[in-house]
Amino acid sequence: MTSLQKDILELREKKALVQMGGGEAAIEKQEAMGKLTARNRILALLDENSFQEYDLFVEHAARGFGMEKKVLPGDGVITGTGTIFGAPVCIYAQDFTVAGGSLGLMHARKITKIMDHALKMKVPIIGINDSGGARIQEGVGALAGYGEIFYRNTIASGVIPQISVILGPCAGGAVYSPALTDFVFVVENISKMFITGPNVIKTVLGEEISMEDLGGARVHAEITGNAHFYAKSEQECFEQIKKLVTFIPWNNKQRARAFPPKEPIFEKTVNDIIPSDPKQPYDVRDIIKSIVDDSDFFEIQELWAANIVIGFGRIHGETIGFVANQPMVMAGVLDCDSSDKAARFIRYCDSFNIPIITLEDMPGYLPGVDQEHAGVIRHGAKVLYAYSEATVPKITIILRKAYGGGYIAMNSRHLGADFVFAWPSAEIAVMGPEGAANIIFRKEIMEAEDQDAMRQEKVKEYIEKFANPYVAASKGYIDAVIEPRETRAILMHALILAKSKEESRPEKKHGIPPF
Amino acid sequence: MDKKTTERPLVDFAVTARKYKTTLTQKFMNRPIWTKPVAGEVRSTLPGTVVSLAVKEGDSVKEGDLLLVHEAMKMQNRILSPVSGTVTEIPVKEGEHLVKGALIMVIKED
Repeated sequence: MTSLQKDILELREKKALVQMGGGEAAIEKQEAMGKLTARNRILALLDENSFQEYDLFVEHAARGFGMEKKVLPGDGVITGTGTIFGAPVCIYAQDFTVAGGSLGLMHARKITKIMDHALKMKVPIIGINDSGGARIQEGVGALAGYGEIFYRNTIASGVIPQISVILGPCAGGAVYSPALTDFVFVVENISKMFITGPNVIKTVLGEEISMEDLGGARVHAEITGNAHFYAKSEQECFEQIKKLVTFIPWNNKQRARAFPPKEPIFEKTVNDIIPSDPKQPYDVRDIIKSIVDDSDFFEIQELWAANIVIGFGRIHGETIGFVANQPMVMAGVLDCDSSDKAARFIRYCDSFNIPIITLEDMPGYLPGVDQEHAGVIRHGAKVLYAYSEATVPKITIILRKAYGGGYIAMNSRHLGADFVFAWPSAEIAVMGPEGAANIIFRKEIMEAEDQDAMRQEKVKEYIEKFANPYVAASKGYIDAVIEPRETRAILMHALILAKSKEESRPEKKHGIPPF
Repeated sequence: MDKKTTERPLVDFAVTARKYKTTLTQKFMNRPIWTKPVAGEVRSTLPGTVVSLAVKEGDSVKEGDLLLVHEAMKMQNRILSPVSGTVTEIPVKEGEHLVKGALIMVIKED
C-alpha cells in the first residue's frame, strides 16, 4: 500500500466517523420522531451525487461547563453546495442528533460562511432548521452567531433567493432567520416555530396551549402567514422546494429558466368559469389554470389570507407571478393580511425579474372595527407601494368588479401598469351600484312615493350606465376590452413586448415602505 | 408619554423568569384569551345574511358538502363542511343576520 492510499483510507475513516453525527442512538431517536437525519435531508433534496460538503471537520468553540471534553461532530450543522435539477444552490442543515442542533459560535460560522459563499457565487441558499436554539453554555457567542446570520439574510435579500425549511423546532431568536428569508416551508407535526414556548406562556400569563396549537405547521401556514408552503411529509416538502427552484432565477441579475411552451390543459375554458350572476362566487385559480402553460399553477401561501391568491405559473415557457382576488373567499376583499401577502410577493417578483399579472375581481376593502384598528390603512398602503415601485412588466386584467380604492390598488394604470385589459363583464366604478345609487339619487329616492321601487330603478340605471368597462375605456384607463378566450394570446403578445421594457426610478438609498 | 399612561399604576409584569415593574397597555389587558377552536363548529367569517340552509339537524354530511349560502360583501358565499359527521345544531334561520364570528352550525365528527 502506498502512503497516498493509506492517507485516503484515513480520510475515509475520519469522514465516516464525523458523518455519523450524534451517533446511532441519537439517529434512532430522530427517526422515531418521523424525521430524516440532516444528512439524509440534504441528499433527498439535491440531485444525486451533487452534494459537496464544506467544513466537515470544524470543531466547536465552547469552553467551560465541561464543554472542552465534548466532541460535537461538525458542530451540529452540515453545510455545502449541490444542484437541484441542475441549478446550483448552497445549503445547510442543522443536525438535531448533535447536541440538539444547538447553535454555538462555530456552528453559526459554518452557516455564515456558506451564506457568504452563496452571495458571492450569486446562487440560492437553502437553510434546513432543526435546532433546540442557542447553546446556553456558549452564552453571548451563540447570540453573536444568530446576529451574524440575520445580517447576512438581510444583505442577501433581493440579491439571491433564500429558502428556509423548518424540520423540527425553531424557537426564540432562531425564528428570525427564516422570517427574513423569501420562502418558508413547514411540515405537519414536525415544524414548531415560536418566540416563547408553551411553558413560558403558561408560567407568565397562565394561558395553556400545546406546542402544535401555538406554533405548529398548520398555525404558520394558516393563521400567522409565516410559512409559504405546507406539506404533510418531509418528502412532499422536498418536492415543493424543487418545484419552486424551477420557477425562480439564480439571482437578481438573471431571469428564471425558460421551459418549452405548453398549451393549458384545464377542463374548463376561460368563458365557462365566471357565473352570470355577479353575486355568485367562483374559484379564480380556475381562471389562472385556463391561462398558464400545462395549467400548472404553483400557489404560495394557499391557506393564509386566502381572499387573495398568489403564485407562479408559466406563459409561453416563462415564469410569471400571479396576484388574483379570490371571490370564493371573503368575496375577494382586501384586508390587512391579504394586503401584506400580495405586497411582499409583488416585491419578490420585482426583485427577481418576474413579470406580474394581476387578475382583478374585488368589491373593496373589508369594513369593520377590527380591520380599522388592526391598521388596514397602513397594511393596505403596502399594496399601493409595492405595485407603484415595481419596474418589472405589470399587466392587469379586470375580470369583474373593480370598485373604489380596490380598483386603484390592484395594479391600475394610475400606479404604473404597463397593460390594462378588461373583460366585457368588468364593472369599473367608484363603488358598488347599490351604494352609489343611494348617494347620487338620494333626493329622487327620498321624494318618491314608493322609495323601494325608485331605488331599484336608480340602481338599474346606475348599473346600465356605469357598471361596465366602457367608461374607463373612454378615458384611456384601460387599453382594450377583450374577450376572455383571447386572454392567453394577448398576454403572450404583451409579455413579448415587455421583454425589452426599460423603466427607471429616481436614485435613492431605499424607499420607506409602510412596514 | 401621555398623561394617561404615566398615571397608570406600576404592576409586576413577568417576562420569562423575572418580574419587572411597569404599566400595561389597555390593548394588552383587554386581549382575548385563546381558546382551542372546535373542529365541528362552523362560524361566520364576515357579517352577513343566511340566504338558504342546505342541511337540517340530524343530517349526515361529508367534508366539503354545502351547508348553507351566506351573503356577505354582496357575494353569495357557499359555506362548506369542514369535517365529516352529523349536524347536531343549527342555531340560525334563513334570512337571519349574522355578526362576524357567530356560531352557524355544529357538526359532530364521525
